[in-house]
Amino acid sequence: MSAYTSGLGHRGITNGSGAAAVLAAGIGTFAIAVLDVTADKVPAFKSMMNFYRPTGPLSGVTIISLVLWLVCWAVLETMWKKKTVAMVKIATFALVLLVVSLLLTFPPIGDLL
Amino acid sequence: MEITERSLWTMIHGMGFGALYLLACSGLIVELWRRYAPASEAQVTARDESFLRIYLVTTAVLAWLAVLSGAYIVYPWYRAVPPAGLADLSAYPRYLLLSKPTTAGWHDVGMEWKEYIAFFAPISMTMSTAVFFRYGHSLKRHPELRNAVLGFTILSFLAAGIAGFFGAMLNKNAPVDGGATIHLAGGK
Repeated sequence: MSAYTSGLGHRGITNGSGAAAVLAAGIGTFAIAVLDVTADKVPAFKSMMNFYRPTGPLSGVTIISLVLWLVCWAVLETMWKKKTVAMVKIATFALVLLVVSLLLTFPPIGDLL
Repeated sequence: MEITERSLWTMIHGMGFGALYLLACSGLIVELWRRYAPASEAQVTARDESFLRIYLVTTAVLAWLAVLSGAYIVYPWYRAVPPAGLADLSAYPRYLLLSKPTTAGWHDVGMEWKEYIAFFAPISMTMSTAVFFRYGHSLKRHPELRNAVLGFTILSFLAAGIAGFFGAMLNKNAPVDGGATIHLAGGK
């Protein structure tokens, strides 16, 4: 099996590290969308997201999502950095998360939930 | 010729960081598409790679500066609550927009969407930068990974474009203005 087909580049790097970064980015954007929609539907949750009063719930939603994104990235990187993973499936799933996040945050769609 | 402190920050946020990010991101899409395609015959030299690393870091930094200046400097002025009974809402853009049915949608749809999707850009661009630092020109040997990075870059460009469009329209309908006045030049 050649280096290419085994998922190794000519530097001998597996695709796991890249897959971890891509999937974590998808999870991070999806977290923003889910927390945004939840804050819109649940007043108590919206108040909880008010980390920094001048910015309002946007502060809590984005801070939590960014922390979640970085934690997911670190965990996935640790798990996958030396592995060759199913990149097409992972990348497709991450891109779907990003597209769904774009749609969910669009108020006319988010309001339907 | 004068400008207020809040107008200046709004310009720095939108026309500075935001517009520069969109320009940089469009160039990046072309570069990733053209040079890092598996079938591309374009040689990637060490100098090209160093340049692209600096370019990516700059683009990611611009994305972060755009969203952080927006969320923590301009947005608090935008959403400030006016005192009860105030008739002139010009210093309170959110409430000015919501006071008229013809402009309320700019807040209800525009700002409500923009404030969140703008964050997709720095997340995507940080990921793209990290992947490029790790893989460099061997991205050509990982076509699925290169396609994923390109996909995220294109969608983050779209998200930033939407945020930029609504930012411009919001500021056109209810400018973020006020604060100290900065004198730039005298008139004739």
